Amino acid sequence: MTNVAETLHSVLDPAGAHAQQIVSLWDLTIWICAAMYFLVVAFTVGLLLKRRAPSGPSDRALKQGLIVWTLAVVAGLAVLGVASVRTDGALAAPFGDAPLHLRVTGHQWWWDVEYIGGGDLPGVRTANEIRLPIDTPVRISLASSDVIHSFWVPSLHGKRDLIPDRPSEIRLEPRRIGVFRGQCAEFCGLQHALMGLTVIVSSRAAFDAWYERQAAPAREPTSAHARAGRQAFMDAGCATCHTIAGTAASGRVAPDLTHIASRRTLGAGTLPNLRGQLSAWIADPQHIKPGNRMPAIDLDAPSLQAIVAYLESLQ
Amino acid sequence: MSAVDDPWLDPAQAQARLARTWGSLPGWWGALATVDHKRIGRRYLVTAFTFFALGGMLALGMRMQLAQAGSTLVGPDLYRQLFTVHSTTMMFLFAVPVMQGIAIYTVPLMAGTRTLAFPRLSAFSYWVYLLGGAMLWLAFLVDAGPDTGWFSYTPLAESQFSPGKRVDIWAQMVTFTEVSALAVAVSLVTTIVKQRAPGMTLARMPLHLWATLITSLMVVFAMPAVMLATALLIMDRLVGTQFFAPSGGGDSLLWQHMFWFFGHPEVYIIFLPALGMVSTVVETFTRRRIFGYPVMVLALAMTALFAFGLWVHHMYATGLPRLGNTFFMGASMIIAIPSGVQIFCWLATLWQGRPRFATPLMYMLGFIVVFVLGGLTGVMLASVPLDLQLHDSFFVVAHFHYVLIGGAVFPLIGALYYWWPKLTGRMPGERAGQWSFWLLFIGFNVTFFPQHLLGLAGMPRRVYTYAQGLGWDGLNLLSTAGSIVIGMSVLVTAWNLLRSLRRGEHAPPNPWDAGTLEWATASPPPTWNFAHQPVATDAHPLWRERESLPCMSGLALDKRELLLTSGVEARPDVRETSPGPSIWPLATALAVAALFVGSIYTPWAVVIGALPVTVTLIGWFWPKSLREDE
Repeated sequence: MTNVAETLHSVLDPAGAHAQQIVSLWDLTIWICAAMYFLVVAFTVGLLLKRRAPSGPSDRALKQGLIVWTLAVVAGLAVLGVASVRTDGALAAPFGDAPLHLRVTGHQWWWDVEYIGGGDLPGVRTANEIRLPIDTPVRISLASSDVIHSFWVPSLHGKRDLIPDRPSEIRLEPRRIGVFRGQCAEFCGLQHALMGLTVIVSSRAAFDAWYERQAAPAREPTSAHARAGRQAFMDAGCATCHTIAGTAASGRVAPDLTHIASRRTLGAGTLPNLRGQLSAWIADPQHIKPGNRMPAIDLDAPSLQAIVAYLESLQ
Repeated sequence: MSAVDDPWLDPAQAQARLARTWGSLPGWWGALATVDHKRIGRRYLVTAFTFFALGGMLALGMRMQLAQAGSTLVGPDLYRQLFTVHSTTMMFLFAVPVMQGIAIYTVPLMAGTRTLAFPRLSAFSYWVYLLGGAMLWLAFLVDAGPDTGWFSYTPLAESQFSPGKRVDIWAQMVTFTEVSALAVAVSLVTTIVKQRAPGMTLARMPLHLWATLITSLMVVFAMPAVMLATALLIMDRLVGTQFFAPSGGGDSLLWQHMFWFFGHPEVYIIFLPALGMVSTVVETFTRRRIFGYPVMVLALAMTALFAFGLWVHHMYATGLPRLGNTFFMGASMIIAIPSGVQIFCWLATLWQGRPRFATPLMYMLGFIVVFVLGGLTGVMLASVPLDLQLHDSFFVVAHFHYVLIGGAVFPLIGALYYWWPKLTGRMPGERAGQWSFWLLFIGFNVTFFPQHLLGLAGMPRRVYTYAQGLGWDGLNLLSTAGSIVIGMSVLVTAWNLLRSLRRGEHAPPNPWDAGTLEWATASPPPTWNFAHQPVATDAHPLWRERESLPCMSGLALDKRELLLTSGVEARPDVRETSPGPSIWPLATALAVAALFVGSIYTPWAVVIGALPVTVTLIGWFWPKSLREDE
């Protein structure tokens, strides 16, 4: 497998409002826990060092010690408990109407991403990649079409499960421009490991430009080669599962390919979206991500290359 | 003819009579029909440690695969079987049975009685456990190992997403081990409540017995939940009920509630017996009674109680109502208090005394250092906001290995060194013991500490591979290196103990100068445990009565007679006859196993299979023409 990581990501390096609140709680927690741990380890290691000491503390002293220790434990837990409840409340605080509403549906093993339009805003459909404008609250409705998945982009927020019989929601508010990786966090079967997600946070202007391009139907192929590719795509049965808006391809069980060339990865974060990788993926997806739902289709080399050329034109 | 134990009887003659009455039948038939709690306990230990070694090998397989990004050593299908069979083996076939095995062996000796309350039931439970474990591993060896995790979340575990028999095998294996665990728990509770030596009041009862009693009560309340859950799951898969299938109107989260209602207490069912072991070893190697004994007992009871109120902390990310989450967060944090109190009491006892840092005690000190870190990360996971980030990441993998290996395996291996002379009559080597401890301590921390950092760096659990450049490579390699050191420690312990069987020094009855009753008899003890019924004059009778231990006479020698005592004060109550060797427990176990295995394939197995079970149970309970008890 090739390197598809764009940036390192960490729970402790927040790029979103919610992740930031969680890190503040983490900082408090780690100090309290470290102090407790230091005491216990000091008294345990001290035992090994005091071997020759004549006599130990009296029962009276120990009883007082036990009371003090218990109170200290209770106090530490109380501080953490109160801080946790406050953070929990802050995370759940409504921030009014989010200007952006998405629906993310988990499938074995990829993410269907829809931007819900409304008014004069058209809808947009993509997969395995979410683009967000910086400093803008966004509401993401979560659902699953099969088993339980979990939506996790550590730089932005904690997890939220996608449960088939229980629609739910997560809110994000990115605060930094960058590319942030996410991954399914609930074991969802064979290819749970290769169910990645990319979140790209950009400036408002860049986001709007991207959105406008995405809302448009697929570009007409300009070369004969790509046109042949489109024909091969339809003939080979790809259209049964995939959608390419503006063409006859309108399958709904696999990722929308209308603007596949604008995406960074293939196979839900499995491969970088490069010509060679794309062609390898179409030729034998079962080799790269065994068990995934895309069958290997018997294509002759010219058709394969034509399809690749066509898909590469779908900016 | 005097058939009772009377003080004027020639000791050799009394011994011979006891041997005739309590002996097993000869040969392989005798081995299959035995009801001797020590033999059954040893079998439990051998079987459980075999599963531990097997499960450990699967863990090494996973670590080898994760050592490098994009490794192709283990494919996705094998990997999901590896982690499912590893965790299932460790939880159901190692941790719970090994603790019960130790209890089956030590409880009657420590309580000062001749055998367990229901010896045939414990023979039966061993066979059921063995057959269930064998089924899981045979399935794994023919590539039919369960593959949906030890928690088997629905709807993934429904037949729509997991066709084949893998999940059914998992679910039935759970049924096997839970039947077995319940049977043992009933036997242990009864033994501890009704068979303690006269004078062993509740206030004098060793903490190991307290821990076993409380754990066994937890088993009685927790295990039925998971048996019910797996039974419903099997029905979903076998006869098309839809309890957990959203497509048929079922509720997928219901499974999580039922599973964790068992699953969280399960952790404490593994952990509480270990606390009893720590107290036992700390007392013996400081030659003092534990500081704050009543507080320790209350702490155990409080832990057990709260353990039933935390299960939702596995489910914060499912989006349950916030008020509910807050309640479970509170309970999950409060349970740290009794653990903190116990840590204080052990350290206080050690600081008061002059500890001998022999291998068993070193393991208990290792327990404190490792377990407390796991407890603190547990507090972090109890916090809803932190858990949303840490849940299902490698941070959690690190956390529960700190609490389960730190909290249960360290004390267990320490206890194994401690009771080894009693079990085998041989002393384990001290030098190799110290080596095994330091290897485990270092190997463990090198393996699992980096996993905290991996979780914080966003690495989810249960992934068979990961891409390069995520910052996970180095930590994973380090973790794999550490796992090899853990393997070495286990090998050193195995070599040390097995070698002692041939070359070890012969153990006297009380090699550690311990104070509890199991050390009042030979090492290893005769099948009848004690020549005379001992009497407990103190929490540590052997320390108080240095010269000779008071005992009671009057129990029959020509039949398997036990003394039952009152539950609180342990006053002599009645004499009761204990059943002798029988093949029926094995026959019943085989019939039950046939029913369970058959029901993986057809619901009719429940109907047809009930017949042999009925027949064997009739055989088991057929009234004997024994003389009535007087």
